[in-house]
Amino acid sequence: MRITADTGRCLGAGQCVLSAPDRFDQSTEGTVLVLTPSVEGEAEEARLRETIALCPSQAIALEA
Amino acid sequence: MTDTTRAASDDRRPPAYPQARGCPFQPPSGYDRYREEGPVSAVELYDGRRVWAVSGHAEARQVLLDAATFSSDRVHRDYPATAPRFESARKVKNFIGMDPPEHTVQRRMLLSTFTVKKVQALRPGIQRLVDELVDAIEAKGPVADLVPDFALPVPSIVICELLGVPYADHTFFEQQSRRVVTGSTTLEDSADAFAQLSSYLDELIRRKEREPGDGLLDTLIAEQLAVGALSRRELVDIALLLLVAGHETTASAIALGVLTLLKHPDQLAALRDNPDLLPTAVEELLRYMAIADGVARFATTDTELGGQRIKAGDGVVVVISTANRDEAAFPAAGSFDVARGARHHISFGHGVHQCIGQNLARAELEIALSTLLRRLPGLRLAVPETELPVKEAGGVQGVWKLPVTW
Repeated sequence: MRITADTGRCLGAGQCVLSAPDRFDQSTEGTVLVLTPSVEGEAEEARLRETIALCPSQAIALEA
Repeated sequence: MTDTTRAASDDRRPPAYPQARGCPFQPPSGYDRYREEGPVSAVELYDGRRVWAVSGHAEARQVLLDAATFSSDRVHRDYPATAPRFESARKVKNFIGMDPPEHTVQRRMLLSTFTVKKVQALRPGIQRLVDELVDAIEAKGPVADLVPDFALPVPSIVICELLGVPYADHTFFEQQSRRVVTGSTTLEDSADAFAQLSSYLDELIRRKEREPGDGLLDTLIAEQLAVGALSRRELVDIALLLLVAGHETTASAIALGVLTLLKHPDQLAALRDNPDLLPTAVEELLRYMAIADGVARFATTDTELGGQRIKAGDGVVVVISTANRDEAAFPAAGSFDVARGARHHISFGHGVHQCIGQNLARAELEIALSTLLRRLPGLRLAVPETELPVKEAGGVQGVWKLPVTW
């Protein structure tokens, strides 16, 4: 699985950065940056699904 | 549901929204009835209008995530006013009361100021400010009223520096802001407060055009107003939102946060024993206190929500304080647990309107609460809890005074 991010949808709440700082950051413009997109293992996938649910603008996703 | 008339003999009259809290950190007991009727139930507003109260967490998220079906357009006649002051707020047009794509254009102008990194960089300054305020409290000695002495100046000074608003004007804008966010403010009173704040900010922006400073308002003048991306009126309305929302809500949360911790001594002890719990404790305070009791929308089209058929034009109120206590989303939801670690509360809202200043609010709460608890270990209420004046229904929730000793 890979993390995908849509900076066109992102509205800079920063929930992803607070929830999974090892995976997400914000650009100087304030939109999402994915640090390491590759996801392996069920536990990591589950953790990221929680982070994705916290995103208020539905700007991040997991894709096969 | 938009029918504002009601037969006097109607014994099936729905419960009122909003209702006043008894205990300032608990939802009003009258809201239990909403939940008994399901996640989405009928309520009656102050003006007699019937709207839908959404008290289930999943249904609340559904509403807040779907801005196309559930509009935030405050100018639209179907947007429900949950208190008289929201009638005045219709004339203040900024992104909180707009739908995408109009909303998104304004919000994007502000994103770079409120990133997690930018807020992180503000922390040392916030810590210095909080330390100075505690120094002053200690020097003056007990009893201190933590609202004017601590909870209000922290976010007020921080937002002034961030925006480039002179803190010397704080008495004026704090008083006017208070009129804007208080549930009992009349239509005339809130209109006057909005007008005074608007003319103050208009004048400030004109002065800044001549003598630029280094605040966010100065950046917006240079990058948006000067090139015609924002009109002067739009900039004034955005400044008004940032100034009011930037201090009144956080001030309420700091004071109520202190009270909530003092009334849960086991949780306070757990936090004192393990300062690493601070971020989760703040998150739990946000969930539990829900100082923004609810937020309104209206349906743009016929739809279904939580088993109810919603018609186009129906008003909808997401009851944040009740959704945050939904057992399906938060096991033992009525317990205040600083180690809970749940981040999916909707105290900052959800969807495209989720609070832009939330990470600044978190930083202010973390620093203010941890510093106060560390430096005043004997902190306790100086009056019985029942004597604390609780804020009115329909506004930002909290207490007007918090006399403490130590």
